[in-house]
Amino acid sequence: MNGWTTVILAGVLSLAVKLAGYVVPHRWFSHPRLARATGLMPVALLSALVAVQAFTSAGRLVIDARAAGVAVAFAALALRAPFLVVITLAAVAAALLRARGIG
Amino acid sequence: MTEARDPSTSPAARRAVLRQAASIGLATGAYGLSFGALAVTAGLDIWQTMVLSLLLFSGGSQFAVVGVLGDGGSGQAAVATSTLLGVRNGLYGLETAQILRPSGWRRLAAAHLTIDESTAVAVGQPTPGLARLGFWATGLAVFVGWNALTFAGAVLGNAVGDPRRFGLDAAAAAAFCALVWPRLKVTDARLVAVGAVLIALTMAPLAPAGVPVLAAVAAAVVVGVGRWGSP
Repeated sequence: MNGWTTVILAGVLSLAVKLAGYVVPHRWFSHPRLARATGLMPVALLSALVAVQAFTSAGRLVIDARAAGVAVAFAALALRAPFLVVITLAAVAAALLRARGIG
Repeated sequence: MTEARDPSTSPAARRAVLRQAASIGLATGAYGLSFGALAVTAGLDIWQTMVLSLLLFSGGSQFAVVGVLGDGGSGQAAVATSTLLGVRNGLYGLETAQILRPSGWRRLAAAHLTIDESTAVAVGQPTPGLARLGFWATGLAVFVGWNALTFAGAVLGNAVGDPRRFGLDAAAAAAFCALVWPRLKVTDARLVAVGAVLIALTMAPLAPAGVPVLAAVAAAVVVGVGRWGSP
């Protein structure tokens, strides 16, 4: 599979999967418990993304500068900092640690 | 979107949603800069990089394509990993479809803009009108910022250097923290978050990229379908 085939196939499949969420009949998910489960799915996926992006590297569990960045992010969120401030502080924290040879 | 306006929604609340959308567009744009640079250094040309940002338009999946190819993985592995990571967008669509109820070309547009950020902003709003505004404003802001800065990043190429040096990988994780944070006010959601983190970290060393995040859906199913937490 060459570069263009890979890129276009990945793009088309991404859109197809997104569209599938819109064409599946709503009534399939109208049961209260099922609706509650689908409502909780973004929490599960976003939490898992935090964990994977902060604590894994190439399938290995690691604690590095990203963990400090995430800790700083949660502290900023608890202090009601705006989104841009939260992610900037996380980046600065990780960059400062790496500049000192940590993580 | 005029007909989508909710009369109970104040102009101040709408402005707050638009500000949030703009700041998310800026923030993910900065991440797009590193994506553009990483894609080019992994061997894609500028136009292939732009097709990923314009057509695939899902950061995690795009980084997966570039990461797998950059590690010498096959095109098939890159597509499979990207698509597995993208399944969550289909799950988001189940929920955003209920909020937006789009038809015709808007359904295709909504599907294309259904990503972590637009979904998180939409489901975090107190009224349906704000949820719709949040979805479209965030989706469009991210689409514009992401693509503009992907292009800039691809052109700059190696000039950005190692994005890790600037902590951009930590910023990406922090963005997901900020997106999930408003959802953690109820006990059910906190249970799901803890379960999802445990599942993802347990599976990360065992399963291919993308699978640990998908498997974490089990936490939502168990808590949502089970009898625990609030009714």
